[in-house]
Amino acid sequence: MVNSSRTPVLQTEALTIRFGGHVAVDRVSAAFEAGSLTAIVGPNGAGKTTYFNLISGQLPPSSGTVYLNERDISRWPVAKRARHGLGRAFQLTQLFPNLTVEENLGLVVQARHGLGHRIWTLASRQQAVRTEVESLLDTIGLTERADDFARALSHGAQRRLEVGMMLAMDPQVMMFDEPTAGMSVDEAPVLLELIHRIKNEQDRTILLVEHKLDVIRTLADRILVLHNGRLLADGEPESVMQLDVVRQAYLGELSDEEVA
Amino acid sequence: MFQSIRDTLPQSRILRGLLAVIVVSLLLAPFIFDGSRALDTAARLCIFIVLVASYDLLLGYTGVVSFAHTLFFGIGAYSVAIAFDHVAPGFGVLLVAVVVALGVSTVVAVTIGLVSLRVKAIFYAMITLAVASVATVLVSQLYLYTGGEDGMTYRIPRVLTPAFKLLDDKVLGVRINGKLLNYYLIFTVSTVLFLLMVRIVASPFGKVLKALRENDFRAEAIGYTTVYYRTAATVISACMATLAGVLMAIWLRYTGPDSVLSLNIMIDILLMVVIGGMGSLYGAIIGATLLVLARNYLNEAMGVAHNAFIDVPILAELFNPERWLLWLGVLFVVMVYFFPLGIVGRLVRGRADHG
Ligand SMILES: Nc1ncnc2c1ncn2[C@@H]1O[C@H](COP(=O)(O)OP(=O)(O)OP(=O)(O)O)[C@@H](O)[C@H]1O
Ligand SMILES: [Mg+2]
Repeated sequence: MVNSSRTPVLQTEALTIRFGGHVAVDRVSAAFEAGSLTAIVGPNGAGKTTYFNLISGQLPPSSGTVYLNERDISRWPVAKRARHGLGRAFQLTQLFPNLTVEENLGLVVQARHGLGHRIWTLASRQQAVRTEVESLLDTIGLTERADDFARALSHGAQRRLEVGMMLAMDPQVMMFDEPTAGMSVDEAPVLLELIHRIKNEQDRTILLVEHKLDVIRTLADRILVLHNGRLLADGEPESVMQLDVVRQAYLGELSDEEVA
Repeated sequence: MFQSIRDTLPQSRILRGLLAVIVVSLLLAPFIFDGSRALDTAARLCIFIVLVASYDLLLGYTGVVSFAHTLFFGIGAYSVAIAFDHVAPGFGVLLVAVVVALGVSTVVAVTIGLVSLRVKAIFYAMITLAVASVATVLVSQLYLYTGGEDGMTYRIPRVLTPAFKLLDDKVLGVRINGKLLNYYLIFTVSTVLFLLMVRIVASPFGKVLKALRENDFRAEAIGYTTVYYRTAATVISACMATLAGVLMAIWLRYTGPDSVLSLNIMIDILLMVVIGGMGSLYGAIIGATLLVLARNYLNEAMGVAHNAFIDVPILAELFNPERWLLWLGVLFVVMVYFFPLGIVGRLVRGRADHG
């Protein structure tokens, strides 16, 4: 990525989707640059996950455009977008439950290396894939559980594997959808620390849906506020949080301690 | 090749032992079992192991429910039958028939596979059922070529028949003739096909198939174009079934709706996969063995029991050989109750499940 600082890696233009009469995402335009971490906030049902679905391709837009590295990818299927650098960790955990933790990660790594069509090598003998999987296991702290079925993991461990599978894609754009939801109090900071490290060390474009304001303050360069599918505000964390509309629409609905 | 096969063998000792007994029995079948009936059972078993394993590739590994598997079995068998009957029983003709059969199966499988892109699993299953029925109707309509309901009997290359004698003397009490060659042809091809599938399943491609079964939404989201993989699995599975059909046609010297196309065979395949254990090719060996033996000998065993209890009114009636199907049903229910994951599933699971 030469010249990464100014041209946006990811951009949405008047992105819209309707479900019947309900407009879940309403003409959202935003651009995301390399090396930036953007927090996306908004009350339940604001359209955050739906916005992600439009970007990673699980839903087709009713109108509007998604650009990845200035190419229009609005009509691309999900798998193609993934291969071109859109990584997504889901709000509702999406694992391969009856495969081991190692196999879950191995599948992602071999997908990235384009090995999935190999029919005549043994998966267990792919040293490069194994080495990568080992380091990923270490990163998400699941080395001990490598041979367990994904479905046998605790909720928190499943959340970590969910994030690990996205990291395994080594994507240019990382979309985290409430990654710490349901994690225990000592698991969540570890994961946030990891996201922080990724942001500082690498030239990623990170989108993070997160409810906890203290987290957003420390991590985010920028905040997008969604409300009823509309983009209500977009800017630096401190200034966005001062806006009256935001305080009413979003912060006002939260408990006092989080606003403080 | 063999080193890598060892990697894929199941861990369980009991299972390895059981598999070894079955494989060795099949290898030595002509020498350790008496009579042509036993040899016939052994040959059918070899063929069904391939057929069931190829179905498991689809159902157990990829998670695709299809009822069209006998269609591909039938394409293989009828190609050979028609070629031998209408052209000549030679190996050149056989080769052409096999190539044509694989081509036809591939086209049909790709078409059906692409349908899976558009419809939900339940509709897909129904479509395959419909396609299979159409094939049955077609076979009976085109009786000029297929022999209709009666099927067709034909000659096969002479070297594969009892009329062809390699040695005048018996070896270990066994005639060394074309029939024996035929059996070993079936055994060898079946073994190679089975090992091929074992190899495929352990490959990166095989892993992707499991990913589709487990969660195709996520498989797509990490970059696998799932339709492509599902179609490829359908084609491989179909081609394996086709080759099994070719073997069946050669062995039986008869091909008809009852031998390769009927719904009963589809049901047998399903039972064998479920009893052996879905998602384990070695399960195909166990499941096929149990059911083929039951089909062939339960009848007889019950005859023995019937005679033993001939004076006990209810028991005698219960063991009436006519009721063997009932007992097969009972056997099946018991199996599913005690081994919900199939026999292999039961012996293999547990390892990765703690915590
Ligand atoms: N496939 C769909 N069909 C119909 N309506 C949908 C669909 N997906 C989302 N919606 C609706 O769109 C709106 C936005 O939902 P979305 O899941 O994007 O909210 P969110 O901001 O992610 O909320 P949360 O914080 O609860 O995760 C909701 O009203 C939801 O009911
Ligand atoms: Mg959401």
